[in-house]
Amino acid sequence: MSQHRVLPVKAYLGIFLALCALTVITVAVTGYDFGPFNLIVALGVAITKATLVVLYFMHARYSPKLTGVVIASSLAFFVILVFLTLTDYVSRPWPLS
Amino acid sequence: MSEATAPAPARPDPAGEHHPALQHHFADLDQQREAASLGMWVFIAQEVLFFGGLFAAYAVYRSQYPAAFSAGSHHLSWKIGFANTLVLIGSSLTMALAVHSAAIGKKKRIVAFLLATVLLGGVFLGVKYLEYGEKIRPCLGDGPYAGCLVPGERFDASAVHLQGDEGRHAQIYFSLYFGMTGLHALHMIIGIPIILGIAFLASRGRYSPEYHSPVEIVGLYWHFVDIIWIFLFPLLYLIGAH
Repeated sequence: MSQHRVLPVKAYLGIFLALCALTVITVAVTGYDFGPFNLIVALGVAITKATLVVLYFMHARYSPKLTGVVIASSLAFFVILVFLTLTDYVSRPWPLS
Repeated sequence: MSEATAPAPARPDPAGEHHPALQHHFADLDQQREAASLGMWVFIAQEVLFFGGLFAAYAVYRSQYPAAFSAGSHHLSWKIGFANTLVLIGSSLTMALAVHSAAIGKKKRIVAFLLATVLLGGVFLGVKYLEYGEKIRPCLGDGPYAGCLVPGERFDASAVHLQGDEGRHAQIYFSLYFGMTGLHALHMIIGIPIILGIAFLASRGRYSPEYHSPVEIVGLYWHFVDIIWIFLFPLLYLIGAH
């Protein structure tokens, strides 16, 4: 069973500083051209930031397992939505008439 | 989830069975809080898919028109987007601290941190207003509409250094720009009065360490809106090398 865990204020400040640092990184890397990896780097940083927010600001790490199930199912359906849509579009002639 | 019947010694309720905030259909305050926050998580799961449609449209069109998306993105000011990202992350911090204050029973600080969150959210929306204005203002009046970036007949592709088909593709970029940032801003506009309402109730001493679900739940909502922006910033402002 979940305890209502209280994180110290320092933890929130630490997460905040990490989010700021990652925002600086995501801007700084646009000074370099990684070709097709530009998008992967940008999304990697964004996913890291989102994970920090979900786990610590939103307390998902200290929430009941059922919360994790809801988060996982939400992500699974998001991936289905985007990935299956893309498989359709990239496998057809463009522009669609 | 707790076993409904029989007083559960494993989960003692610090306020006793008759806490005024405990609704009769819950076994104890822990169960009530878990149910409330789970409900918000389910709402957020649905929101992910609500925004997901726009992200899917973005993925399709960006994969087909990378040059137009890059040109459109370069027209946005990454400095403004960067500053606004920090403002919004700051508002998430103050929101997290508001929930923290509620959890440890610092009632005055709940109000202060909630108001700080609203203030930072207001700054974000104010900056967004200026950004929108710069793109919309040239489209008004009788022309010549130089610099107009609202998709449609008055769209000025030369403002993003494109012409012909690529100019039309840039309109798709700006449609998604306005659609995605607009839906995000709408979420903030809805969130701010809710936060203000909860700040008012907090100022009346409604929340305690045992019961502060509304603060926690509006916090979840606000952090979710922050996460959407965390993705919008690189996807809209930082396409390609700068």
